[in-house]
Amino acid sequence: MAGSVFRAPGTDSRSALDSIRLAVESRRHRMTTERTYAMGALFGLAKFDIGQFTPHAGRLRMRVVEAGPGFATLALPYHEELVGDPQRKVVFGGVITTLIDQASGLAVACAMEDLAAIATIDIRVDYLRAAEPGCELFARSECYKLGHNIAFVRATAWDRDQNDPFAGCLGTFMIGANSGGSPFGGLKDTAGAKS
Amino acid sequence: MNRLVAAIPYARLLGMDVVQGDDGIECVLPFHADLIGNTRLPAIHGGVIGSFLEMTALFRLIDESGLDAVPKPISFTIDYLRSAGPRETRARAEIFKLGRRISHVRVIAWQDARDRPVAAANGKFLMA
Repeated sequence: MAGSVFRAPGTDSRSALDSIRLAVESRRHRMTTERTYAMGALFGLAKFDIGQFTPHAGRLRMRVVEAGPGFATLALPYHEELVGDPQRKVVFGGVITTLIDQASGLAVACAMEDLAAIATIDIRVDYLRAAEPGCELFARSECYKLGHNIAFVRATAWDRDQNDPFAGCLGTFMIGANSGGSPFGGLKDTAGAKS
Repeated sequence: MNRLVAAIPYARLLGMDVVQGDDGIECVLPFHADLIGNTRLPAIHGGVIGSFLEMTALFRLIDESGLDAVPKPISFTIDYLRSAGPRETRARAEIFKLGRRISHVRVIAWQDARDRPVAAANGKFLMA
């Protein structure tokens, strides 16, 4: 049957086209309707000081490199007092856990539409190699699933090259962990006042 | 053991001590304000608890093996069981296998009572 077009029973070409058009429209709508993030005002490069609300992060001189929807990158300058192996001058593993935990908590907060308190449930850090002595350390964490109760993150840490990480990590966080509120709540307020 | 604490800069930054327990060493982390992670609770930073657990595992390994080099961590997994309040934390490590190349260690940290742990960890270390 030359020139014939397959048609589903009970449909004509116009209604088929309409349903495709409708699907495209609704997808476009979903893509252009912006998801609002509680931490949106802080997205971008080095917009805030993490030490202001997390004393230990301040003590280690940790700084925010970048934050965005569901991710965060932090940096930690090398310092003698962070050394865990005096012979090799390598930063202690737990310091890297701290950097990754901080980046991960921030990544989860940056994934939320409404800010809630979070708490680390567990975190596993794989030490791929020793971090290079004297180098500033970086960690980037991504919240790849934000559920109602639990958030899941993965992170890597590197020194000279992001493609040559020295640590990898998986972690889970509890959402709405306590009534005390998120330490990022104060951050959000200061950013809101500025912008 | 406290000579070792003095030799490791980060152990000094945390301000931890090592005491001799009934069976093996026990580590003590006195509270100070620099350790806080969440000011609203307040609670000790999860990374500080993780570091304290890892340092406890390391000290126990050095104590049991008699090594003069610091074992290298391969992987370290921490379960956070309760929020750690602004007070003293203690930890004990148990070695499940002291290997020539790889050792397996479990660590538990508590505050008010040993049967109410605030965190537990599982670590693997390269000995050579």
